[in-house]
Amino acid sequence: MATQATTAIGVQEVHRPARSLWSDAWYTFTRDRLAMTGLFVLAFLVLAVLFGPYIWGGSGTEIDFTQSLDGPTFDHPMGTDDEGRDLLARVLNGGRISIAVGITAVILAITLGMTIGSIAGYFGRLDNPLMRVTDLFLSLPVLPLLLVLVYLFRETLKSIFGPELGIFLMIVFVIAILNWMPVARLVRAQFLSLKQKEFVEAARCVGDKDGRIIFKHIIPNVLSPVLVAATIGVGGAIITESTLSFLGLGFPSDVPTWGRILFDGANFLDIAPHWVLFPGFCIFIIVLSINFIGDGLRDALDPRRRI
Amino acid sequence: MGRYITRRLIIAIPTLLAITFVVYVILALAPLDPLSQFGADPRVPPEAREAIRKSLGLDEPWYVRYVLWLGGLLRGDFGYSFMSHSPVIELIQQRLPNTLAVVGVAYIVGLVIALPVGMISAVRRNSFLDHSISTVTYAGFSVPTFFTGLVLIIVFAVKLHWLPFIYNSNLKVTDLQSLGEQLRQSIMPITVLGLFDAAIFTRYIRSEMLEHLPLDYVRTARSKGINERVVVIRHVLRNSLIPVVTLVALGIPGVFGGAIVTEQIFHVPGIGELLVRSILLGDTPVVTAVLFIFAVLVVLFNLVADVLYGVLDPRIRYS
Repeated sequence: MATQATTAIGVQEVHRPARSLWSDAWYTFTRDRLAMTGLFVLAFLVLAVLFGPYIWGGSGTEIDFTQSLDGPTFDHPMGTDDEGRDLLARVLNGGRISIAVGITAVILAITLGMTIGSIAGYFGRLDNPLMRVTDLFLSLPVLPLLLVLVYLFRETLKSIFGPELGIFLMIVFVIAILNWMPVARLVRAQFLSLKQKEFVEAARCVGDKDGRIIFKHIIPNVLSPVLVAATIGVGGAIITESTLSFLGLGFPSDVPTWGRILFDGANFLDIAPHWVLFPGFCIFIIVLSINFIGDGLRDALDPRRRI
Repeated sequence: MGRYITRRLIIAIPTLLAITFVVYVILALAPLDPLSQFGADPRVPPEAREAIRKSLGLDEPWYVRYVLWLGGLLRGDFGYSFMSHSPVIELIQQRLPNTLAVVGVAYIVGLVIALPVGMISAVRRNSFLDHSISTVTYAGFSVPTFFTGLVLIIVFAVKLHWLPFIYNSNLKVTDLQSLGEQLRQSIMPITVLGLFDAAIFTRYIRSEMLEHLPLDYVRTARSKGINERVVVIRHVLRNSLIPVVTLVALGIPGVFGGAIVTEQIFHVPGIGELLVRSILLGDTPVVTAVLFIFAVLVVLFNLVADVLYGVLDPRIRYS
């Protein structure tokens, strides 16, 4: 390391190509060991749920009562459930949905939060009413309300979109509607300070309209903290979905999301602990790696923390 | 100070009203019929169902019901449960103490763990100890509470037989032995929530202390020759705790969310368990009341945080 550092200062510095903000951030990010580990683990899990079902085969729906509640074996690396279904196949298939819910819900929440935050921050007249609404949402009891919303709208959405898509849409929407507030606050605060800056004034002087100032000049400066919030939000959304499913108010049992597998397995803790341990561990590992990535991004994207 | 508190209290009332309104509208406009349970039973003739609807006041439009419900609220009357036919207020009175006890003790456990750990982590920044503590706290708030709960049950109840499997709600504390039983069955629910709280508090305390450690007043204190221990505890920790108070109070909704899950896993008879059960049974009056209680708790703790913030930091009060 020591020799590398001296050569870097002595020779390479001169020839180094110009670095952009994002390549700079990436450079810092790759120095963060925990964040890189998180990135590799997350990539592995995502690839596993994307391609795993084709390689491992089986949809985890074949019932075989002769092998019910078996512990991990060579044929069934994660064991089987009470109907003898292969848990590895179920975990792989369910993981797709858990991850999809996490990402979609966050995209929605971020879009909503950014819209409200930038309107409130840019147009002074709307600031007060919009922030009142944000504060109101922030003081709602989130999980209880989620449970109630899911329960109330479940049947209707099921009948319109079918059981799987209907519940997917509902859970994604409900998570988004109760989680946009922190992003809105963050974006608003950034807008309030950025719109006073000289470069915005300069843009206005050359005749840029509001829309162009917002999208071309201010939003790019807001993206880094939003990206960090979004990353960590995905972990939160995955936990929320599995909590709902774990309480019996999420996906039905033929859609084996990780939380749902835990809900089904919770009654067999004494005879088949493997049933809850493997999917639970998956949730833990994916959320942990997402949190590490988010933390690494925060350090990497913050110019003040760069050395 | 008195005026400050009154002002905060007055702001809290419209917030609560708005929350009850949102909750009530959602429940009232939902496509689900509160009497669907009766509807599924073919033995109930349509006229009888109409009569039940009328007796429960369900034939009024929702805004009339909202005003009636608010009126009842002022008299401490939440209506009657559709299922058990007992007053909702009684159900809540039975269960709220259990929830508050578990959540409260877990909070204290969390703080007792987090204070020294967060402090050491900040003072020894970037040491091996700090990195280990940070990794563990990250793990702590990445584990969903339901998974921690299930793992604790598998280890301590199923494998080791040290602790009872589920919470016995009929247990009355009368003598030393039943007190011991009560403590033993409370260990796991409190541990699950306490460890989660501890992980979050540790991060808050560490990052706040890191903000304060390089400040001028710390250097002044050190240069006066004050013992480092006194500098850290009396000067830095005290000042760092001011924002922590707010952050901790803002985390309250999350904590009650965790309480719902924990009560469900261990069958603790608290209001979270009541909520899940009433939702599954379609018992609207109980659901509305429990949601209201949760909203009150959240608003109340935010208020406490604001007032504490004012007490701790005089600059806030006078501005």
